[in-house]
Amino acid sequence: MNDFRTRFTDAIRAQNFTLPLVSLAMALILSAVPILIAGRNPIVAYYEMMAGAVGGPVRIGVSLTKATPILFTGLSVALAFRSGLFNIGAEGQLYLGALGATLVALGFPSMPQVLLLPASIGVGFLFGAFWGVIPGYLKARYQTNEIITTIMMNYIAFWFISYLVHGPLREPNSMYSYTAEVPQSSRLPVLIPGTQLHAGFLIALVLVVATYILLSKTAIGFRMRATGANPEAAHYAGMSIRKNIVLVMALSGGLAGLAGVTEILGIQYRLSDFFSSGFGYDGVAVALLGNSNPWGVLLASLFFGLLRGGASSMQRRIGVPAATVLIIQGLAVFFVVIGVGFRSRRPTRVLPGRRTAGVDADPDRAVPDAEKEPDVAEDGR
Amino acid sequence: MELLTQLFGVSLFAAAIRLSIPIIAAAVGEVFAERAGILNIGIEGMMLMGAFGAVIGSYYSGSPWVGLLSGMLFGAILGLIHAYAAITLRINQVVSGIAINLFALGATTTMARILFHEQRTQVASFDELAIPVCKGIPVLGPVLCEHAFLVYLVVAIAFLSQYILFRTTLGLRIRAIGEYPKAADSAGIRVLFIKYACTVFGGVMAGIAGSFLSLVQLNLFVDNMSAGKGWIALTAVVFGRWSPVGAMLGGLLFGMVEAIGLRVQALGLPIPHELLLMLPYLATLLVFTGVVGRTRAPASLGKPYAKETL
Repeated sequence: MNDFRTRFTDAIRAQNFTLPLVSLAMALILSAVPILIAGRNPIVAYYEMMAGAVGGPVRIGVSLTKATPILFTGLSVALAFRSGLFNIGAEGQLYLGALGATLVALGFPSMPQVLLLPASIGVGFLFGAFWGVIPGYLKARYQTNEIITTIMMNYIAFWFISYLVHGPLREPNSMYSYTAEVPQSSRLPVLIPGTQLHAGFLIALVLVVATYILLSKTAIGFRMRATGANPEAAHYAGMSIRKNIVLVMALSGGLAGLAGVTEILGIQYRLSDFFSSGFGYDGVAVALLGNSNPWGVLLASLFFGLLRGGASSMQRRIGVPAATVLIIQGLAVFFVVIGVGFRSRRPTRVLPGRRTAGVDADPDRAVPDAEKEPDVAEDGR
Repeated sequence: MELLTQLFGVSLFAAAIRLSIPIIAAAVGEVFAERAGILNIGIEGMMLMGAFGAVIGSYYSGSPWVGLLSGMLFGAILGLIHAYAAITLRINQVVSGIAINLFALGATTTMARILFHEQRTQVASFDELAIPVCKGIPVLGPVLCEHAFLVYLVVAIAFLSQYILFRTTLGLRIRAIGEYPKAADSAGIRVLFIKYACTVFGGVMAGIAGSFLSLVQLNLFVDNMSAGKGWIALTAVVFGRWSPVGAMLGGLLFGMVEAIGLRVQALGLPIPHELLLMLPYLATLLVFTGVVGRTRAPASLGKPYAKETL
């Protein structure tokens, strides 16, 4: 295997941002087509979008608020990617995280804020981690495909939360099916007055650094990446692949759980079964755009946040549908994907047509490691 | 007891079939793709695109048949894009699928706003097609034989698919590719072509599923109208252990619990239907993990295949 450190420093070198930037430019150009069909000027539309996203502290606050949950789920997915696992279950994990935080916040309303807020966040993290550990354990123990199990876990989580907020946890005498409001002492402080931007964004920033340090500066992170990059080699080096899978899924689930925690304690103040608009799946897109690198994920989720922050203002000001930004996002991700595909076809191959070490170690291929099944099948039988 | 008779009327089963058809259509297509080793997470977006394409076709032609063809075409195009990404470029299939989902949601929502403005534009849709003799049979008739043409078509395709996949050379080839493409290649099977064909077929079936949503269940396009049915189809494939008829049974199970859930809500019955809706996923998870029965995904599922060339 190639040197991991080189691989990582490669990833943060400027050249690797060329692909996302070119992809973004192409996405913006192609997305101009529906805007033109709508009879609007795309340049004006994009100008209005950017003005809506960054024009003044309030608008910036809105954009950062939109970026926050995606940043958490993006980190979650990226951490798993780098460890060779595909966590499509961030959506379910964030619902579980939200549940954990809500239960603590509603259960101990008289606790002082210095205790209640950290306790709510911590328990939310653990709930998310628990939801990640289940598919992790199933993969470690039964070699199940985690892509498929995490998708199912999403729905189990969703219907479970839906049951709770329609039944046992529903606010009494309320018309709507959600829980009571969490107490003031459990809420995340607002950062910019007049916006919903909450301290959850700062937590997310801290976790960007923490994830970076974990992955590239610690032995645990090295083991995670090693099992992801080459499970057989890691196995021969004496690393426990099973333990690693469970650990990675716990951390990944916990990170995704925090997306739910901070949405509840920072914005919604009550748990419902409709507060996430697919943040978990957005996390996959962001992790890819960001090259599965914590700093890249930060940039990508800020970009998604800006687009979403500016979308409504673009719709209001010149009548271009806000959903246009989803086209931009989808195309940007798709062009990155295609670009990665083209790049990995090009590099020097020892044997033509085979995925060799040279291709595996290509830092641009953000995720191919995930395609390898950890080699636990043998000792499992 | 009275509660049960209230719940389990003839119309419940008819509704269950109606609700399950889009899931079955998409799931049968996905069985082929996955049997050939291609995981298609973008099935949700393809269904949505199919629903939109069907409405467009019907809107401009005034004929639901043109709508259906257009829905299939829209699904096929996305299927082809996914195939190109996954097979030719050998990029990660999950990521490609997620990108397709994002794009489809954005494109259909935007274009629907642009074309129909904010109005709920109704288009020509499919009527029910009662089968003459069959509909006269008590109980079974109203459940099975008073549906739109697409219902019969999808069920027929499911059975035909079962035959093709397990009783023909083509089916054997598809399954061989999904298990061990290298061996299939050495045996002279056109691996890449069959992978392409299966993935595009998956897109077409998702397009039919979407057309069913917009031209049978409704007669218009609604934002995000696939509403997770594509993901359910993925689960139905696993539940059905990667066989078309199994996937159909899985789809029926999901349709059944959904129908019960809707009825429970409509009648205001004191049953926690959310837990009921959770059960099929739980059951699939148990089947998949070998706690109940045993099942296994095709061995090469999700892994890109590079043909050896020298």
